[in-house]
Amino acid sequence: MSDEPLSPTTDATIPSGRLSVAVRQAGPIPLAADFHCDPGELLALVGPSGSGKTTLLRAIAGLYRPAQGVIRCAEETWFEAATGRALRPQQRRVGLVFQDYALFPHLDARANVMVALDHLPATERRTTAEAWLARVRLEGLARRLPAELSGGQRQRVALARALARSPRVLLLDEPFSAVDQVTRRRLQRELALLREEIHVPVLLVTHDLDEAAALADRLCVLHAGRSLQQAPAETLFRHPASPEVARLLDRHNVFRGVVEERDGLRRLRWGHYRLEVAHGLAHLPVGTEVAWYLPHSDVVLHRRGRPSRGERENPVAGVVREMAVLGGITSVTLGVAHTDDTLRFEIATHAARRNGLGRGEAVRVSLLAAGIHLMPDRLGPLSRGSS
Amino acid sequence: MDWTALSVSLQLASLTCLLLLPPGLWLGRTLALSRFRGRPLCEALVALPLVMPPTVLGFYLMQSFGTDALLGGTWQSLTGGSLNFSFSGILLASLVANLPFAVQPVQRAFEAVPSNLREAAWCCGLTPWQTFRRIELPLVWPGVVSALALTFAHTLGEFGVILMVGGAIDGETRTLAIAIYDRVQAFDEQGAALMSAMLLLVSFATIGVVYGLGGRGRRPRVG
Repeated sequence: MSDEPLSPTTDATIPSGRLSVAVRQAGPIPLAADFHCDPGELLALVGPSGSGKTTLLRAIAGLYRPAQGVIRCAEETWFEAATGRALRPQQRRVGLVFQDYALFPHLDARANVMVALDHLPATERRTTAEAWLARVRLEGLARRLPAELSGGQRQRVALARALARSPRVLLLDEPFSAVDQVTRRRLQRELALLREEIHVPVLLVTHDLDEAAALADRLCVLHAGRSLQQAPAETLFRHPASPEVARLLDRHNVFRGVVEERDGLRRLRWGHYRLEVAHGLAHLPVGTEVAWYLPHSDVVLHRRGRPSRGERENPVAGVVREMAVLGGITSVTLGVAHTDDTLRFEIATHAARRNGLGRGEAVRVSLLAAGIHLMPDRLGPLSRGSS
Repeated sequence: MDWTALSVSLQLASLTCLLLLPPGLWLGRTLALSRFRGRPLCEALVALPLVMPPTVLGFYLMQSFGTDALLGGTWQSLTGGSLNFSFSGILLASLVANLPFAVQPVQRAFEAVPSNLREAAWCCGLTPWQTFRRIELPLVWPGVVSALALTFAHTLGEFGVILMVGGAIDGETRTLAIAIYDRVQAFDEQGAALMSAMLLLVSFATIGVVYGLGGRGRRPRVG
């Protein structure tokens, strides 16, 4: 693809704007989601199976009608429960890539794309469809039926078909889940490149956190239909809004502590440790029980016999319970002395070997004060309902 | 060889197919896609002619075709003719008797179309009617073809219902199947054999042509 790709987009004519979604319903699929996505932005909806991700996409596309809420795109109201306004899918102009691609099995690749080009004069449909197929690198496969294409090629046809209608929003429902690892990498890379050319909001539904973190500008964490937090991946992984978010993001080090003050110094009591915390402790009343989280990057292992960086910062003793070697990285689970908690962190496998780390060994680590993230608002089940 | 009976049979079968196609498509699609309260009852009613003895079905139809019955009376006041012992009568009976053959294959075919294909078509901008014509119909085509084949073949062979409603009036209600029975009753085994072979040939040709058409729709087209 050394030549300038023949780009069939007509960006200038597409009224593009922010997509904002606020939907609520008690059942049958509970929903309480608020999020928005700007043109050119890629927002990933992440959450476990059954968290309502696909239902939200379908609501945006007009294939599902929630009980309450508003869905707007670029100043146009697509859905408003209060006034009963609900545009049909045909009127909304969304590009939707289904999880299983939903290609029309009786039509070849070109005809599949042409179905989305009814708005063009008949003479232009064929060349435009071919241009779109070329854009997703399917030159020469225009006359193949879906059954004669590989999984990755089908996904590309589905993407070409979704983009061909010059959609105002692009919705991708687990678009990489049905292909092998190698193809997935390639398609993800192509999506990342393609994004620079399509200036519409892009929503990606996925349960793969790595994929979401790699591709999306922001992640929206969903659980049981509720949107819990929206932030860039880096922020989410360092500052989850609640223990629930931390758990959904597969973060391990979530504990509970109590705010204490001794000799004028605020500390976080955890077991018999009194931890220094860089941010957020000062304004909490003494005696508050608080959930806290530490990214595993902020656990520093003390070397034996040699002092290491930050050794005096929140030293904690423990016994190695588990060591999982995952290639170059070893994940260590530490039973922390004087608590029932386990602390997890990762170190380079060679460093673990050099330090003679093994199950049952007693080790010391430091918990970096700057990394400790307090989550004071979400403690008991009482506050679970708010989002 | 009773050419008149063959002609009656072919007309009856063709008209039954033609008239049952639109309601068969509509009913089959509705039963496949809609979830309404009376659906099981509706499906049972459609399937009823399948399990009813043809003479019993014929008996009830004959009763309702009588000029003192609602259906027969209305028909007579509208057309001036009787439903019993007329071609219109056996055609109407044939429509009822063939309902399951016209509906069930279509219903199965619609059930086999993934619902997200319809949704994908809507997202591409197709109206529900365009979606039906351009996406659903080509996909359910083999089902429609087998519905037509079954209806045609079954009508050619129908005996009990036709005899009850229509009797055996030459050129009006005497179909080939009834003509064969008449010949056997008259000890004309050679005539019966000839007509049986004819019916076999026509049935086989119909099924062959129709499955040939259906098969072409199923094979992937490469080009």
